[in-house]
Amino acid sequence: MIVNALFAPFVEFEFMRRALAGVLALALGGAPIGVLLMLRRMSLVGDAMSHAILPGAAIGFLLSGLNLFAMTFGGLIAGFSVAILAGVVTRVTELREDATLAAFYLISLALGVTIVSIRGTNIDLLHVLFGDVLAMDTPTLLVIAFNTTVTLLLLAVIWRPLIVECVDPLFLRTVSRAGAPAHLAFLALVVVNLVSGFQALGTLLAVGLMVLPAGIARFWSRDISGMIAVAVVAAAISGYAGLVLSFHTRVPSGSAIILVAALLYFLSLLFGRAGGLLRRLFPAPHLEA
Amino acid sequence: MWRRGVAVAGLILIAVALLPAGVPARAGTRLNVVASFSILGDFVREVGGDRVAVTTLVGPDSDSHVYRPTPDDVRRVAAAQLVIINGLGLEGWLPRLVAAAGAHAPIVTATSGIAPRRPAPGEDRSHDVDPHAWQAVPNARTYVTNIRDALVTADPGGAAVYQANAQAYLVRLDSLDREVRAGVARIPPPRRRVISTHDAFGYFADTYGIAFIAPQGVSTDSEPSAGDLAAIVRQVKAEAIPAVFLENMSDPRLMRRIAAETGARIGGTLYSDSLTGENGAAPTYIDMVRHNIKTLTDALAP
Repeated sequence: MIVNALFAPFVEFEFMRRALAGVLALALGGAPIGVLLMLRRMSLVGDAMSHAILPGAAIGFLLSGLNLFAMTFGGLIAGFSVAILAGVVTRVTELREDATLAAFYLISLALGVTIVSIRGTNIDLLHVLFGDVLAMDTPTLLVIAFNTTVTLLLLAVIWRPLIVECVDPLFLRTVSRAGAPAHLAFLALVVVNLVSGFQALGTLLAVGLMVLPAGIARFWSRDISGMIAVAVVAAAISGYAGLVLSFHTRVPSGSAIILVAALLYFLSLLFGRAGGLLRRLFPAPHLEA
Repeated sequence: MWRRGVAVAGLILIAVALLPAGVPARAGTRLNVVASFSILGDFVREVGGDRVAVTTLVGPDSDSHVYRPTPDDVRRVAAAQLVIINGLGLEGWLPRLVAAAGAHAPIVTATSGIAPRRPAPGEDRSHDVDPHAWQAVPNARTYVTNIRDALVTADPGGAAVYQANAQAYLVRLDSLDREVRAGVARIPPPRRRVISTHDAFGYFADTYGIAFIAPQGVSTDSEPSAGDLAAIVRQVKAEAIPAVFLENMSDPRLMRRIAAETGARIGGTLYSDSLTGENGAAPTYIDMVRHNIKTLTDALAP
């Protein structure tokens, strides 16, 4: 019976299989990005960037109507512009990254809202831009898979400077000039995965599938490879369980997935092996000696 | 609901402040008629011809369910010599608007004489009766005769014109009715079924025999969940329903997914509560009914 409830939806309905494929691909690319965001103390950057892509999508819509690729491409350009402008301004002035990013994403969001209202359409632009996890057509799946592939390949290339910069930015600056380009490439990857996430989950909540698994992973592992492994698994479980939950309870799929991730997060917060609350309150005996 | 209440309450205040100065001059010698929504406005225009100046409160492409009166609307109602409403609970906001405008114009209900239809179990229960009577062309005849009588009472001098216009329009409505029946006849009886989230086609379904089946247990306002989608797919497959009309799924990819999964056709747009603008698919009532029956036969005829 339970086995039936867990697997039958995917056997019976193709849209469930496609949704699962999309969510798994998303987990594979987004979770490592989320872990790196967390280690670089940039977890809120994802949220800021998700608003920053709006004007690009709106321009894409104005130029070519409800064309998914135009809107996605416009969103990518807007996101890149904000990410790169903020990154450059941070590197050449004394403003911190959070301050520049906040400024640029708000400018971008204001532009986006203005552009949407000029068109004055009653179509819910955000909804169409964001798509729906239940409506994964083949192009959308390919876009997500492509984005995940690019993410993993590029991460492999910029891995060393990224990690070194997380730990000791001054050291990196003395031995290499790869820090700045690696950082900008990383911001670009954040945007790529946000666009994927919107396509997959159909909501701004998509940021949650990057950030929450990272938080979960932090409670189970102390080294970065372990964290990324845990984060990917947590994101995949959230995606699968969220779809099943949405199937049986009629909760919209996007929020169901994030709610499952949130549940895992709170469980980890309590019971996590590495710094969970219970471990803190009741330390293991060998530490007391 | 409450927001509309607040909006109306605010407007009452504004209207009271504006009224002494706000009543505009009559539009020439023409009879000033205010119709509550675009379809009524079309009827009044057909019957009144050049002798009436028609304004509609809820214009083309707008939804009377989310209508909010503007100060301008209050002034129009204040200046009206005749107000035509649908009745059957469609314009719950209108009495307050008329009171706010201090209007003395008679209010005529265009549906009087039509047997109201009660929503079947499982349909939208927000109204006690189904207000969408105009969707059946024979009911539109009643609308037109009621409007004709109201115009004659308000402007006896034009009685001959109104009667001639109404007569000509009724003939066109009769031929429209035959057109709809001919369209339905082209669909084999077992295929006269669609799954639809539209709640406006009750009278149409009763009159012409196309069943509008509501998706079971699917909320029509909010985003569909995986369970909703699965329920629709199962129902379409189990009952072999040839076409699906869903108004709340704005994402075309979702509709294509349902079509791919069930083999059912995805119907186009059906116009129910309002006409479109001049360049739209349904600028008049007759265009609207034609468009709807064509969309339905395109989706259902084999």
